Amino acid sequence: MLRFIVRRLLQLIPTLIGLSILLFVWLHNLPGGPEAALLGDRTTPERRKQIRALLHLDDPIWVQYGRFVKNMLKGDFGTSVQSNRPVIDEFATRFPATIELGITAMLIAVIVGIPLGYLAARRRGGFLDSSVVTSSLLGICIPVFFLAYILKEIFSVQLGWFPSIGQLSPGLETTKVTGFAVLDGLLTGDLTVTSDALAHLVLPGIALASIPLAVIVRMTRASVLEVLGEDYVRTAESKGLKESTIRARHVLRNAMLPVITSIGLLTGSLLSGAVLTETVFDFNGIGSFLARAIDARDYSVLMGFILFIATMYVLINLLVDISYSIIDPRVRVR
Amino acid sequence: MSTKTDKIDRLAELTAATSDDQKGAGIWREAFRGLRRSPLALTGAVIIAVFVVMAVIGPFVAPYDPVATTWGDEVSQSQNHFVGMRAENWLGLDQLGRDEFSRMLIGARQSLMVGVIATLLGFAVGAALGGISGACQGLGRKLGRTIDTVIMRFIDMMLALPSLLLAVSIAALLGRSLTTLMIAVGVVQIPIFARLFRGSMIAQSHSDYVLAARALGVRRSRIVFAHIVPNSLGPVIVQATLSLATAIIEAAALSFLGLGNPDMSQPEWGAMLAKGQTFISVAPQLALYPAVAIIITALGFTLLGEAMREALDPKLRK
Repeated sequence: MLRFIVRRLLQLIPTLIGLSILLFVWLHNLPGGPEAALLGDRTTPERRKQIRALLHLDDPIWVQYGRFVKNMLKGDFGTSVQSNRPVIDEFATRFPATIELGITAMLIAVIVGIPLGYLAARRRGGFLDSSVVTSSLLGICIPVFFLAYILKEIFSVQLGWFPSIGQLSPGLETTKVTGFAVLDGLLTGDLTVTSDALAHLVLPGIALASIPLAVIVRMTRASVLEVLGEDYVRTAESKGLKESTIRARHVLRNAMLPVITSIGLLTGSLLSGAVLTETVFDFNGIGSFLARAIDARDYSVLMGFILFIATMYVLINLLVDISYSIIDPRVRVR
Repeated sequence: MSTKTDKIDRLAELTAATSDDQKGAGIWREAFRGLRRSPLALTGAVIIAVFVVMAVIGPFVAPYDPVATTWGDEVSQSQNHFVGMRAENWLGLDQLGRDEFSRMLIGARQSLMVGVIATLLGFAVGAALGGISGACQGLGRKLGRTIDTVIMRFIDMMLALPSLLLAVSIAALLGRSLTTLMIAVGVVQIPIFARLFRGSMIAQSHSDYVLAARALGVRRSRIVFAHIVPNSLGPVIVQATLSLATAIIEAAALSFLGLGNPDMSQPEWGAMLAKGQTFISVAPQLALYPAVAIIITALGFTLLGEAMREALDPKLRK
């Protein structure tokens, strides 16, 4: 087991090195060169020259790459042109909000998706099955940001059930303990903060959950169908085992394996979706900041965030691999 | 990155699995027969057909010039005054007083073009990389395996970036234009096609007919090009159908983030939707028309693609 984890961790190294090269090349080919990351659009030739000297941009390319990697290892990703704060600080303050939103979306997707997928498979061809299949296809085909707007318009602007923007209502403050608004409210005993933060998570959470939900429903359905056809399920049935036992022990446990994999893969689409959803709901996470960075051509923020997100994505998939090998010992053999 | 690739590889193995039990009936004929029976596939095909016809004849049948602000004085964004459906303009006017119906019709062509060109780009580059990789791996020499490893590491790296972020970084690099949009959406598809085609080729290379050809002394290059490649294309074509849907949706997302075509005069559904969002409280139809068009089109491609995948997958066939 330990060897498996170590081997998978070692496999990360070439990926990360490759990514850093890719980003380095990207930065150097930006319109206006890498100094554009610092200067943004407005600049004078003198200022540009100054910055080029300051950044040692006339050094040989491999020396520059070495420095680039060294800075990154030190956690120095440059400063944001928009706020003049270090990229890493910007990331750290906004990250908890995105995590909260991501977890909310994933919870919605898993809690709704797995039972629905299971039921659809058990009643294959029935009304429930076909409506589940159709709506999951629809879920994949609706542009996330459009769904977000529709939800916001209906449930927030028209009906007023949920707040429309931000993480907390104006006026409410949290004492920062962890940076997670929901958790901070609980820790400081301020339940109004927690409930307010939760209310702010509902609509963006649903919008963000649309794609993962659709994928999880389809995966669960397909996987349960496959397992239901297996001999061991028929054996269990003919032994006269209780339906609930068969469902828990034989069907769901085996059918969950591919679903768990897909949950890991879906974190990628969650991160993509967060950029769109957070923008619509003015949710102050890394996604909306990234969208603003695109607008402002804040390249160092773009680069830093992309590297963080990619690293995180790779690590999450590593975790999924490891959890997978715990559940299914066959995986380790490979 | 084994989990991420498992799903793609699984699809790749399927062709190999199906071709065994068919005794030369042809995987395509079998798949086609399955498709004709499936109402979902037919629905998808009809939607795609309507969409393509719209894209082809749209510019000729559009009642008005899509860029002429003929009724410009009838709408006012500042006073929230918009014009909905009426006899003259079937779908009303857009925010600048242009005929929405004509814009939707003509927008079909641009949207289809973005989807098709982006997917073709992803398909061509991805299949080339995957093909080289698969062929090198199949040839089995040490050099071949090294080339395969290098290409696949690169592909895995691309897969490590969430697709929208990859597209965003490309768009940031190339600047805003229609071409950029197509390239950004296309490049995102490259790793998927590459992995799929390679996996499919490797699965095929273990088939009996390859062994037979090898035993007969057929040249290696001929085995690859005349036997393995044509038989490996199935899952890649399925993926291309599904990718068309994602490409159209992703193009809309990029437009929404301000990375779409800056030339707003040429109507394109994604850009129209992105623009229409801003008026959602006062004139929801401006977002709704392009959104519904995008959703239905994406649904068409997804339905057909899924049905094709099911037709190829012996485990799902019952």
